[in-house]
Amino acid sequence: MNKKNIDSIIELSNELRWQIGDDFHDNLTESIYADASEIVKDTVQSDTSNKRFRLDAKIDKIVTSKAFGFPIMFLVLGVVLWITIVGANYPSSLLANVLLDTIHPALKNGAASINMPWWLSGFLIDGVYLAVAWVVAVMLPPMAIFFPMFTLLEDFGYLPRVAFNLDALFKKSGAHGKQALTMSMGFGCNAAGVVATRIIDSPRERLIAIITNNFSLCNGRWPTQILIATIFIGAIVPESLSSVASLLAVIGIAVLGMAFMFTVSWALSKTVLKGEVSTFNLELPPYRPPRFWKTIYTSLIDRTLIVLWRAVVFAAPAGAVIWLISNIYIGNETIAAWAIDSMDGFGFLLGLNGVILLAYIVAIPANEIVIPTILMLTVLVTGTSGGAGAGVMFELDSMNATGDLLRAGGWTLLTAINLMLFSLLHNPCSTTIYTIYKETKSLKWTVFASIMPVILGFVVTFLVAQIWRLIF
Amino acid sequence: METKIKSACETCAHFNAEGLKKLGIHTDDFDFVVALAGNPNTGKSTVFNALTGLRQHTGNWPGKTVTRAEGGFEYNTQKFKLVDLPGTYSLLSTSEDEEAARDFILFGKPNVTVIVADANRLERNLNLVLQILEITDKAVLCLNLMDEAKRNHISIDERTLARDLGIPVVPTSARFNKGIPELIQTISDIANGTIVCKPHRIKSVPDNIDRAVKKLTTEIEKEFPGIPNSRWIAFRLLEGDTQIINALKSGELV
Repeated sequence: MNKKNIDSIIELSNELRWQIGDDFHDNLTESIYADASEIVKDTVQSDTSNKRFRLDAKIDKIVTSKAFGFPIMFLVLGVVLWITIVGANYPSSLLANVLLDTIHPALKNGAASINMPWWLSGFLIDGVYLAVAWVVAVMLPPMAIFFPMFTLLEDFGYLPRVAFNLDALFKKSGAHGKQALTMSMGFGCNAAGVVATRIIDSPRERLIAIITNNFSLCNGRWPTQILIATIFIGAIVPESLSSVASLLAVIGIAVLGMAFMFTVSWALSKTVLKGEVSTFNLELPPYRPPRFWKTIYTSLIDRTLIVLWRAVVFAAPAGAVIWLISNIYIGNETIAAWAIDSMDGFGFLLGLNGVILLAYIVAIPANEIVIPTILMLTVLVTGTSGGAGAGVMFELDSMNATGDLLRAGGWTLLTAINLMLFSLLHNPCSTTIYTIYKETKSLKWTVFASIMPVILGFVVTFLVAQIWRLIF
Repeated sequence: METKIKSACETCAHFNAEGLKKLGIHTDDFDFVVALAGNPNTGKSTVFNALTGLRQHTGNWPGKTVTRAEGGFEYNTQKFKLVDLPGTYSLLSTSEDEEAARDFILFGKPNVTVIVADANRLERNLNLVLQILEITDKAVLCLNLMDEAKRNHISIDERTLARDLGIPVVPTSARFNKGIPELIQTISDIANGTIVCKPHRIKSVPDNIDRAVKKLTTEIEKEFPGIPNSRWIAFRLLEGDTQIINALKSGELV
């Protein structure tokens, strides 16, 4: 290879570029299309009275229409959630029966019969094992129902229509329309949603999508929302309406999350992340009937088990921590009691309490363990019987018992509402934080994306608590 | 050269399907590299899964593949590494995914490029096909979603299409594994040189541009004899593509 010759080639190209003028790019594109249309003319025959295209267009006219687009979206979301809530109950209690009521005592007896020291069996069985068992019992059934349904919708082709419906809203908030897709992924898992933002080309809009993905309620938070809504919101309406009321409350929180997503995106694009909204083509693909069983199988294997495994990996050490902080004493108090006491005042300002705040610190690795941690710590503080001892996570037999325990711990309707709000507005889990760092390669934005939602959560719960106390 | 006469069975792709072994993600010491390119939402990932036995997640929305997936298969004792490129409509702009796809076909020098096209939207898909054929001369067109095309009453004359494009055309319905054995056979034939492609080169270029391109192409071929994509490089130089200018200087292109 001769460097001089190459330079002369480049020089020649510069000269020729000047000669042929500006419209080279357009001319070339036009020639490609001309060739393509000629080839197609000779090889493709299509029946113009095409029925399926018309059916697709008809469906699109309805699901992307101004009048029906949004109601249909909320209806689909509602149906998916309702099936998840109702369907998960039975397998959940079955798993709880086996893992918590049968295997756990058996393990304890086994440990006692080989004279295992109390602290070791407590640490391993009451700490690590119970945390893992709880996460499996609570998370596996809803995930095994939610993920396949979501994948079926995805394969059918509904997601791009959601993006189409939401495009105008995202555009108004200065964000990219494709953020609707990453937002939907976030409803399954925020870490997955953050990775999915790679479909957004513009770095500015991608950053907005990453930062605001946490406002999509993720899978680890749905169970918390559902449980608290069922116990506290369902209880304030007549029994026949209680499941509808709790479902509406949960959907309300999810929609509120979307509202926060738009508001924060808008605020970011008006301040630190200023810029033009980039245009893009969104192809509405044809609807395709999903291959039902194959989809169920792959989403179970690929998504459910992977996410479950992640939860287990994080729950095990968290269980150990919970057991340790409630069994290690400083003076007369356990670390847990000491931490709860010191945070109670701040918690009260937010309409929450020290137990909830401590639970959220312990549960940074995995949102799924918030509720069991809260229950365990509440038992510790109130000294209520019914628990299984210091630092033992457990599930109470019925929702009523759970509600009674929480009320004994000083919970009111305000605590419940603010917990639901705080569950929506707090830092992302550690996996998501790590993913944000990997995707942005920026410490600054990672810290911002982690802290901003907590501050929002503090502000919102504080305001709600103050207003609530003024009124009631 | 000795030519053994083969029975009809032996020349049939389905007969040799027995020689297929899906290697999943195990792609050590492969013999050939195969790139999988195509428009978004044409079922590239489904073709990828059908070839490798992997379960790369598929979904009915464009732009779903965000990471480059790799997998492999073994066919008649030869190992093929398959790279699933992000779906693009063109290679002429400078968005991240288009550059990733273009760079792999250009610098990764795959032994075969499989271009997956939606049979229902062939004209629109040909835009990308024709651009890829300017870069590489070892390609096969995988005409996917044939089941849908049939339902939509679209019929395609594959032989004429193959002749016009100068590359083999294999109709498939990857979701139902239809046409995959034929596709594998064709990939193997191109990789081993049994099939030699004579790809279509863009014709309807205005005269003044054509003259400039010819001038430049002659110079490039003088410097790099036997280069398959001299004309495409000429296009890029005329466009003032700095990445290609740098690649030419550093010798990465050959």
